[in-house]
Amino acid sequence: MTENTEFIFAILFQLTQLLLVVLAAPLLSGWVNQCQAWLQNRSGAGVLQPYRVLHKLFHKDAVIAYNASPLFRATPYIVFGCMWLAAAIIPIIAVDLPFSRAADVIALVGVFAVARVFISLAAMDIGTAFGSLGARREMLVSFLAEPALLMVLFTASMISHSTQLPTIVDTLAHHQFVIYPSLAFAALAFVIVLLAENARIPVDNPSTHLELTMIHEAMILEYSARHLALIEWASSLKLFAYISLGIALFTPHGIAEVGNWAGLPLAIGLLLLKLMLAGAGLALLETVSAKMRIFRAPEFLGTAFLLAVLGLLIHFLLGV
Amino acid sequence: MPIKHPNLQLTRLTDAVPTWAGEIGAEYLPDVCRQVRDGGGRLVALWGSDARKLRGGFMLHVALINESGLVCLHVPLPETHPHYPDIARIFPAADRMQRATCDLLGLHPLEASDHRKWLCHGAWHGGSFPLRKDFDAAASRIDAADDYPFVHVAGQGVHEIAVGPVHAGIIEPGHFRFSVIGERVLRLEERLGYVHKGIEKRFESMSLLQGAKLAGRVSGDSTVAYAWAYAMAAESIAGITPPDRALWLRALLLERERIANHLGDLGYLGNDVALSFGFAQFWILKEQVLRTNAALFGHRYLMDCIVPGGVAVQLDAAGKHLIEQECLLLQREVAVLRGIYEEHAGVQDRFIGAGRVEPKLAAQLGLCGLAGRASAQAWDARVQFACAPYDKLDVRMATYRNGDVAARVIVRFDELFESLRLIGQILVNFIHEEDATQALEKLPANGFGIGMVEGWRGEVMVAIHSDAQGNLARIHPHDPSWQNWPVLEHAIIDNIVPDFPLINKSFNLSYSGQDL
Repeated sequence: MTENTEFIFAILFQLTQLLLVVLAAPLLSGWVNQCQAWLQNRSGAGVLQPYRVLHKLFHKDAVIAYNASPLFRATPYIVFGCMWLAAAIIPIIAVDLPFSRAADVIALVGVFAVARVFISLAAMDIGTAFGSLGARREMLVSFLAEPALLMVLFTASMISHSTQLPTIVDTLAHHQFVIYPSLAFAALAFVIVLLAENARIPVDNPSTHLELTMIHEAMILEYSARHLALIEWASSLKLFAYISLGIALFTPHGIAEVGNWAGLPLAIGLLLLKLMLAGAGLALLETVSAKMRIFRAPEFLGTAFLLAVLGLLIHFLLGV
Repeated sequence: MPIKHPNLQLTRLTDAVPTWAGEIGAEYLPDVCRQVRDGGGRLVALWGSDARKLRGGFMLHVALINESGLVCLHVPLPETHPHYPDIARIFPAADRMQRATCDLLGLHPLEASDHRKWLCHGAWHGGSFPLRKDFDAAASRIDAADDYPFVHVAGQGVHEIAVGPVHAGIIEPGHFRFSVIGERVLRLEERLGYVHKGIEKRFESMSLLQGAKLAGRVSGDSTVAYAWAYAMAAESIAGITPPDRALWLRALLLERERIANHLGDLGYLGNDVALSFGFAQFWILKEQVLRTNAALFGHRYLMDCIVPGGVAVQLDAAGKHLIEQECLLLQREVAVLRGIYEEHAGVQDRFIGAGRVEPKLAAQLGLCGLAGRASAQAWDARVQFACAPYDKLDVRMATYRNGDVAARVIVRFDELFESLRLIGQILVNFIHEEDATQALEKLPANGFGIGMVEGWRGEVMVAIHSDAQGNLARIHPHDPSWQNWPVLEHAIIDNIVPDFPLINKSFNLSYSGQDL
């Protein structure tokens, strides 16, 4: 194979992943909601409901407050772009995608942070009480979640001696299937961060209608129509990206390599299975827990940080 | 005799609950109120009426309660400058009732600390009073922007959060103004009255039986309690007692209403801490109760089942069996769900300590009903003033001292099980015979009667005044929410903002019932 065709293949793989992610992200959210409905004895709206919501929202006229600045209008696009970029960096269907080399895990955390900064600024832009309330709470949660996430990523980096995601995934995927104690701790910490960062129960409630209780929803109260659709879609993408990142770090086995067309169907099939399991697990977690009082969130995320540090220490001290 | 005062002549009414009424001069009102308060009694309701045609001037009516029963004081006021001494410093709960009476009838409490309007949201102009007989609705209408001075909290870092009257969820309208530092609530001020529909005025142009329908719609979740209280007041004026069978059926309906609402609230409380599982389970049960209601009595929420003089529904042996089966099922399911709520650490962490109302504060503010019993205020009209058929039932009152959300949940569970037990007893006593009663259609002239029923939220009171022709002259339906809304303002102090929906739901007060 010449270098040229290899490059074209790589680009094709990258495009496949980009398309797959953006199209499948709402499906994952729908799957989580459907699992929750089943667990709660309800029939549920079906896995395709998020698509219907997006379709509805894209066909409505946007209403924007008079005092909204251009930042408010631009934010949905920036947030959507950030999440899509994040999903492009993470090795989801194959390792060594062209985009992956562009940013390492620290930059990935940075991409999430950019989206968060913009959505918080936009929430305060209108000047309503709820927007500032939500932005304030979002910052409380995320400034604690971020270091925990970095610690998790560092643990994985230590094992593979690189902060490049493709190298990390490649090392872990081709390693013998053993449980690393350090990674087990990191995985626990990661689940907590995932819950906090994606506005899930017990930290936030994505389906809440209680304006005084919500975090993420409070920030996007003023958005409507296409802007809201983009933000909803970006939330789905974020969940998809986080779960994919978890899969890439902790169970990357079966992931394809760029150019390996024969391995692609198996890789996608395995990915779907892992996503379904992760979604069902998330639904189960959310169903059995109640939302905690907001000032418990620091303790909860402190636990995540502690677990991640433990993982790191175990790797240092025991070398596993 | 419940109260002794040299200037007060009380007469006993022929009422199902022990009730006395008497006239007293405005200047002696604070004395009597203080005497009742010092004796452990409290204020039930305060309203006014326009008696200019009948005897000249206006009347202020104050319903007080102590352990011997209900006392209704009639206070005659002059036609020009009708005013009376403020009693809100004796009974804080009187404050909003006085302001509402001022909005609707122009009766002024002297030296009251709060002179702001309450029910009037700028729909009629100052100087016109909807409940006066000569009120001209068309001429009084204004469409000016409403202005209401909220109390401002000053200080570094204090800011306000204005919530409602339009909310993110589908609930009734009410405005809540929080003054907060960070997440901590320093002060909450409520602004209600958004659903003022002129119910009291509407009653005055209705016949007794039409009025029964309207009474059942004052607050939709307490339709049985209102309809029964209305019927009780009418029967008291007419001096009749409904047949036993009707009374047993009324109690059955009231307990079923309590069960349906407690199930719904317990589900909502689970939902507010994001335990959607509890929400779904309790609402499946509630839906089942509502469907049985529809199948047996023709209405999911039991509207129009009670009429003055008796009941408008039947219950046959098959229906009785269905209810018995349902009670068994509820007993089993709710016991399991109670176990889950009580053993769920996350749920208990949210419930315990949130929105605490100390018994002392509860007594001072006159907290009543279910929320009162969760703060050691042992008042339950089914127990203390057991009207038929509760006098044969031996109701066990559920009380708790902690006064937090958890306590109100426990009281709900206890009352739910007690209601299931009572339904069992009611069905044993229930008599199978055809209804021989005639609905009461006309009242005697110049009568006055009071009905009081322990609804699921608390005591629901309806007062009826009839005129010289025996028509409805003035009806005052009173919801326990009047007493409990102000306590919510205290319950939230020093809690955090995100706990407010949960605390609010644990009280679950009526907007419609108090806005009228």
